[in-house]
Amino acid sequence: MAFAESTRAVGQGDTAVAHPGVATRLHAWTTTVDHKRIGILYVLMSLVFLVIGGVEALLMRWQLVVPDNQFLGPDTFNQLFTMHGTTMVFFVGMPILIGVGNYLVPLMIGARDMAFPRLNAFGFWITLFGGLLVYFSFATGGAPAIGWFAYAPLTERTFARSAATDFWALGLLISGIGTVTAAVNFVATILGMRAPGMTMRKMPFFVWTMLWTAFQMLLALPPLTAALVMILFDRQLGARFFDTSGGGSAFLWQHLFWFFGHPEVYILILPVFGIVSEVIPVFSRKVLFGYEFMAAATMAIAFISFGVWAHHMYCVGMSRTLDLFFATASLLVSIPTGIKFFNWLATMYGGRIRFASPMLFAFGFLSMFLIGGLTGIMLAAAPFDFQLSDSYFVVGHFHWVLIGGTLFGTFAGVYYWYPKVTGRMLSERLARWQFWLLYVGFFLTFGPMHVAGMLGMPRRIYTYGMDDWTVWNQISTLGALIQAPSYLILIYNLVVSLRHGKPAGDDPWDAWTLEWTTTSPPPSYNFETTPVVHSRRPLWDSKHPDDPDWLYE
Amino acid sequence: MLLATDVNLAHSQSIFNPASPAAHSIVSLAILVLAVSGLIFVIVEGVLLYSVWRFRADADPNAPEPPQAYGSRAIEIAWTAAPTLIVLFLVLVITRTLWEVEVDPPAPMPDDRALFVTVTGRQWWWEYTYETYDNRPLGFTTANELHIPAGEPGQSRPVYLKLVSADVCHSFWVPRLAGKMDLIPGRVNHLTLQADAPGLYLGQCAEYCGTQHAHMLLRVVVEEPAAFDRWLTEQAEPAADDPAARADRDLFLAQSCVNCHRVRGTPAVGSYAPDLTHLMSRQTLASGMIENTPENLDRWVADPQSIKPGCLMPAFGLGSEDQASIVRYLQTLH
Repeated sequence: MAFAESTRAVGQGDTAVAHPGVATRLHAWTTTVDHKRIGILYVLMSLVFLVIGGVEALLMRWQLVVPDNQFLGPDTFNQLFTMHGTTMVFFVGMPILIGVGNYLVPLMIGARDMAFPRLNAFGFWITLFGGLLVYFSFATGGAPAIGWFAYAPLTERTFARSAATDFWALGLLISGIGTVTAAVNFVATILGMRAPGMTMRKMPFFVWTMLWTAFQMLLALPPLTAALVMILFDRQLGARFFDTSGGGSAFLWQHLFWFFGHPEVYILILPVFGIVSEVIPVFSRKVLFGYEFMAAATMAIAFISFGVWAHHMYCVGMSRTLDLFFATASLLVSIPTGIKFFNWLATMYGGRIRFASPMLFAFGFLSMFLIGGLTGIMLAAAPFDFQLSDSYFVVGHFHWVLIGGTLFGTFAGVYYWYPKVTGRMLSERLARWQFWLLYVGFFLTFGPMHVAGMLGMPRRIYTYGMDDWTVWNQISTLGALIQAPSYLILIYNLVVSLRHGKPAGDDPWDAWTLEWTTTSPPPSYNFETTPVVHSRRPLWDSKHPDDPDWLYE
Repeated sequence: MLLATDVNLAHSQSIFNPASPAAHSIVSLAILVLAVSGLIFVIVEGVLLYSVWRFRADADPNAPEPPQAYGSRAIEIAWTAAPTLIVLFLVLVITRTLWEVEVDPPAPMPDDRALFVTVTGRQWWWEYTYETYDNRPLGFTTANELHIPAGEPGQSRPVYLKLVSADVCHSFWVPRLAGKMDLIPGRVNHLTLQADAPGLYLGQCAEYCGTQHAHMLLRVVVEEPAAFDRWLTEQAEPAADDPAARADRDLFLAQSCVNCHRVRGTPAVGSYAPDLTHLMSRQTLASGMIENTPENLDRWVADPQSIKPGCLMPAFGLGSEDQASIVRYLQTLH
């Protein structure tokens, strides 16, 4: 109450209206239930964790720059790759996409907020606290050294004696609750709160991908949650779920983890497919080619993603028949993914492509994600994977997908919607610096990892003695050093443009979806009047009343 | 990029330098998959680059919007069918290779001179129990260096490994001989090796298994059948009992070394750490980490943690005379 009154008191002063005190603003941000602010909080949290995870990666790259390096000890290195993986997946990848979705979904469907605003705020804070809890393990004498995949029985008390593993499991458990609440909110919002006229077939494509991502979250997180509860029971209450010395099953953990783990990968890429499906049409000045096929492909990927998990387990000694099943299922994913890719190319084909920053990053996404997809085909080929599994080839592959795919695509979204969020344009000059440093650095970092893997270098080793691998590791480290400043440039650009960026106006990109009809930044209620839509591109209709989309859809 | 493998052939761990039928099968599949992926890469990336170049915007800000193409059912069906056919093709070749490479359960042919070895993964070293060879029971245990016979023309000598773990998950990976196979506590896995030619084949544990995962190195010594027979005979013997080293031996047996290590033919029957019966027949110490020289052996006994931090053998703080005596004894274990 005291805060509410002081807000009102401050609000009455003339100058104070524009500049409320820090405490007031902090209070407003921490108690907000506005989907836009929560979205921004998710993104800011992810960027902080991105920097932390990036520093962890740099330390590891420096350790591997020469054979038998003494820079880091084995335990430190093992803790770093555990925390790097955990951070990037759970506290960067997922929250940044949930954040972007949180900000945009209501705006794109013409709603005033998410369906459950308080649940939305709860989801953010519990995700953040989950991340803090995982990092709190450092205060207990060291982070967990179990790998992000935490294979049993290495996580049992016998092998992981410190409390770090408990913090890790507990942190992921509660941040998982946050993810599920976000998923529930997306499903309810998208199914129930679309503007009049916006049927399921007329949603912006990003919204469609968020819907299927939300379904994946709802199905994939529970097995992980169950497994985390079981490991906590093992460690705290003396249960024996994964304790092989007491009749538990190490194998069971692998199935539970990857039943979550593989859909997780698609959770990290489907929203990005949505982002680039918004950016490519606008900057090619053409409607998204083959919307229905794209939509069906999204759905297909979401379904197939639940039948491929054991392709992470080709080397555990399943039968040939099971290996073949999972190889086939994994290869099937390439069909809908191919459809998407071809449709993006067809959207660009015959367009007038403007290489503003969002399109530049979308181009980065297209050119790199293709390679990540193709190395994925190699890994899906089970016998080939008997060699490649758990080698540096895999590290190269999934960074290609997660940076070349997820991160480039997300940055396309950041450049595309930053003007909407802040009312200011980001600097195009800095964007180009960031893009090229990232593009070249990324290529140099992760390209050589494929070679090192084929030369027999396993992953998760803190040092090595094979001369064959040295040069490839050195190029990787060089690439990491080139990449690192690109992230700082992004952060500098985000901060400086907030005050000094060019004013954006409502619709700086001449775009077509509903979020561009409201002001930049949008008011807390988003739209003064509920928009009515007739097609997938309501703004195209109003800009071209002579040739509206709904004639063709 | 693969030329680097040729420089250091003897110590290559490249998967593209196969030395066994299974590794050869995988390479042929790999080359096929690489070729298919390469072709897709060139075509799709080519279309992408062509499109961004050809359809880049001109400077005219007032140019009209390009024609809007909403989609085409025929085109969609075409580019659904194309990847589907590629997937079908890949599934067929994968099936063929799977059935070539993955032979379970092990089924030796009647004429084979098969070797059966149980491999136990342990933090962070390998234990090998030689079960039978050519139907002869063997029953001795050694560590870290796996000796197997090379095949000869007309005589197949397959090696059947039974893979188990004593603690956490590990993975047996000698890239030139076979794809990897995990060792999972509570499970029994099988892997078949068959080497084309004598030589030293390197590998290492490929499943993260704790602190010293990086130094759980594998050495497979493939020998001519005659040499392998000699090695088997030597290894099956109990430890050498050199009368000149009795005092050293007694000192060794009085230390806690025997709680973990075994020296066959003596009261040392520990089973937690590498069998030392024929320690000096091995080329390396600490699971392939350092060469087995007198100096290294001395350093290792004095303070294993300074060489392999985190390994499960502690430094015992022996006095310098005891230390020298124990190292002297170990050096008699040929």
